[in-house]
Amino acid sequence: MTLLHWAIISPFLFAILIPFLYKAMRQVHTGWFVLLLPVALFSYFIQFMPVTSDGKAIKETAEWMPSFDINFTAYVDGLGLLFALLITGIGSLVVLYSIYYLDKKREQLHNFYVYLMMFMGAMLGVVLSDNLIVLYMFWEFTSISSFLLIGYWYHRERSRYGALKSMLITVFGGLSMLGGFILLYLMGGTFSIRELISQSDLLMNEALFIPAMLLVLLGAFTKSAQFPFHIWLPDAMEAPTPVSAYLHSATMVKAGIYLVARMSPIFAETSLWLWLVGGFGIFTLFWGSFNAVKQTDLKAILAFSTVSQLGLIMSLLGVGAAALHYTHLDDNIYMVATLAAVFHLINHATFKGSLFMVAGIVDHETGTRDIRKLGGLMSFMPITFTIAIIGAFSMAGLPPFNGFLSKEMFFTGMVRVLEMDIFSLDTAGIIFPVLAWVGSVFTFIYSMILVFKTFTGEHQPEKLEKKPHEAPLGMLISPIILASLVVVFGFFPNILSERIIAPAVAAITPSLVEEGHEIKAHISFWHGPTPELFMTFGVILFGILLYHLLPKWKKVYSWRPERLSLNSIYDGVLVRGERAASSFTKGYMTGFIRSYLVYIFAFFIGIALFGLWYKGAFAVNTVELAPIGIYEVAIALLLVISSLTTLFAKSRLTSIISLGAAGYTVSLFFVLFRAPDLALTQLVIETVSVALFLLCFYHLPKMSRHETRVKFKIENAVIAVGVGIVVTLFAISSYSTKLFKSISSYYIENVYEVAHGKNMVNVILVDFRGFDTLFEICVLAIASLGIYSMIKLRLTRRKEG
Amino acid sequence: MKTKTNDVILQTVTNVVAFMILLFSLRIFFVGHYTPGGGFIGGLMTSGAIVLLLLAYDIKTVANILPVDYKILTAIGLLFAVGTSAGALVFDVPFLTHAYGEFNLPLLGETGLHTAVLFDTGVYLVVIGVTMTIIQTIGVSE
Repeated sequence: MTLLHWAIISPFLFAILIPFLYKAMRQVHTGWFVLLLPVALFSYFIQFMPVTSDGKAIKETAEWMPSFDINFTAYVDGLGLLFALLITGIGSLVVLYSIYYLDKKREQLHNFYVYLMMFMGAMLGVVLSDNLIVLYMFWEFTSISSFLLIGYWYHRERSRYGALKSMLITVFGGLSMLGGFILLYLMGGTFSIRELISQSDLLMNEALFIPAMLLVLLGAFTKSAQFPFHIWLPDAMEAPTPVSAYLHSATMVKAGIYLVARMSPIFAETSLWLWLVGGFGIFTLFWGSFNAVKQTDLKAILAFSTVSQLGLIMSLLGVGAAALHYTHLDDNIYMVATLAAVFHLINHATFKGSLFMVAGIVDHETGTRDIRKLGGLMSFMPITFTIAIIGAFSMAGLPPFNGFLSKEMFFTGMVRVLEMDIFSLDTAGIIFPVLAWVGSVFTFIYSMILVFKTFTGEHQPEKLEKKPHEAPLGMLISPIILASLVVVFGFFPNILSERIIAPAVAAITPSLVEEGHEIKAHISFWHGPTPELFMTFGVILFGILLYHLLPKWKKVYSWRPERLSLNSIYDGVLVRGERAASSFTKGYMTGFIRSYLVYIFAFFIGIALFGLWYKGAFAVNTVELAPIGIYEVAIALLLVISSLTTLFAKSRLTSIISLGAAGYTVSLFFVLFRAPDLALTQLVIETVSVALFLLCFYHLPKMSRHETRVKFKIENAVIAVGVGIVVTLFAISSYSTKLFKSISSYYIENVYEVAHGKNMVNVILVDFRGFDTLFEICVLAIASLGIYSMIKLRLTRRKEG
Repeated sequence: MKTKTNDVILQTVTNVVAFMILLFSLRIFFVGHYTPGGGFIGGLMTSGAIVLLLLAYDIKTVANILPVDYKILTAIGLLFAVGTSAGALVFDVPFLTHAYGEFNLPLLGETGLHTAVLFDTGVYLVVIGVTMTIIQTIGVSE
């Protein structure tokens, strides 16, 4: 365990302290203590920047389960560091914001910060682990802590619904991801991502390669809310706004992005990867932005916008994989897609974080987030308005903010798809730029809705719960910092490029770096009159047009019936699944012993017959058969008659008597087959059991003592006959296939020499195999004590005795 | 209660026969190592004799004649069986190893003694205890 390991798990350790701090110092907001840790971690991680910008990586291993190849290996490279800085940096700002957002008297702060710290530690673990299983462990920690945070206001029904939904979807993806990891382990023989990457050429040809890729992608898509798994994200907006800002815009949803980026060196060579990641990404971009426009809740707009932006990053990562196929290009023009993905990742974290905080402020100061009730807040909260306009314009991709730059690079990447001559991208690839452009138009529209419907227009004080006013300064600090970053990155994008973006891109495309391609991360503000620029003009033009005509075409959204939405499909699947499971269980768990016996016997017949047939085990061998005498035949007939009488007798008394007859006949068999001990015992025991049967019979309740014949049921008959046949077949074949001789000769030889007895049965019972007898008498003792206590101990009976 | 009937014949026969059954059961128990019989059937027959007494007399009378708590008898029987088995451990041989030897006893003369009989005694006592517990419990339960 090095300092790096302690840094990764420090949030977990700190989480233990939080409840004590909360109890001990009620007058201070617990958030102030919590704030120290992410700030310290941020300054710790920023020290790694010189190392990673040199293209080096730090790897520290702490042994955990070495025999299973599961070790806590911390690995810091450009990509991991970028995420670690995002997590701790935005984490600090979110904690600061939450201090003013959450009331220290009314809220259960200890819960909140424990969950939040758990989440932060889990995210750090995800992005800094080199071992797949450790990564998976931290991955599930993020799912669990996110579940707890979404359900933070657990008394609200919507919160619980959202928490459950996100849990089900992300854990579903997480488990499939685990399956993918295990397949990777089976192919590569190691859980280490580094080592897997080094043998990625070999992995390509394995049969399990595609299944592993699909499973891992399923995990990544569910986590980062790609279509059609995005449905949990809008419902996760029931969480407190700091949580939404942190988890559902800046960090957790990017875990899927991280995973795709991290796994790119292993999987990206195949065409399927490009089409899946790129295709799902670009469609998610379109779908998210299209649906964002119809939302009326500020956070719902932001949620769909997050979905859409994540799709954007995902599509860039997918298209960026094309760079691997053009290693001959001196200036690899497809690297720009990966570059844009990393750059937009940072930009999105800054502007979306600030926008969520703005939404939180509006909610906090007016009491609603519904844009139909809001309006004209510009003069009441000028600072919030400024922040919102910066964030929204950046999101829409307008100059001079950072969103503009990454949007331009995004268009560049998408347009260049058309120049590719692989995987039929030059023809079908047209969907990439088209969907990208359409999605951007919708992005523009909802960004404008977000700002102008909230802050301009008519002020409607009668609809608001509170009188709006500017937020306290403390609440504004974090969004101000984020908004200034938006502006700073917009004007000086190159302060990031060499230090952060280039190492991250190098981590995503290590094979290209090995071949000597230099990562040219220089981001220029002005490209000249390129197609991308005209696309942006088009976006702005059409965006403004459609924004103004919004009331006219909003009907589009009502064309699609609610029944067919993905949410109702999800709900339907859950409800139907529950109903189906319940009716299935109710169907076969009848509560009648008869049914269960039918299952047991039917299964027995099935499996036994199948076994006989499958192994070809049935055999008849008449060589060793003994001759049949007249006595045996007579007694056997007697036995058959008494058994049939037992079955078909009308009265129970007859059944009991014929059962006794069968028992005595069996003892005759024992006599005939020379087993005197058995015959003696059988006689006495049969007498006792018949006497007990009669006792039971005598005490039957008068009401149900209808003397009716056993009802004939065809399935009972079939099963009974089946069991009889199966047992007979087994007896015949086992008798016919004796593989070795009996060991009884040993007993015969040694019964007197060793055991000093002449009754072999008794000697076996008390000497050779006395151990069995010991426990058989225990069984008897338990039975008698059981009867005694059943009869004597009647706690439910009243006192009448 | 039913009216008291005079079953003097039954009782008189029982007085004689019960002892014969008892003796026969003891015999079957003791010869078990050499001829058919042993603790199990011996125990069953002994309890058969007691059941006969129960039929002829009532439970209280039999309890006076044989003041035995059959549950404790079961326990003693188990103790015999386990004790015999565990006794082997004292002599550094595996659990349930029996020993046999010829002894010159004062009254019986040269006699073969076998620890298996002690084990069988356990079986015998348990069987009596179990059977009688069941029958007595059910008989009294009404």
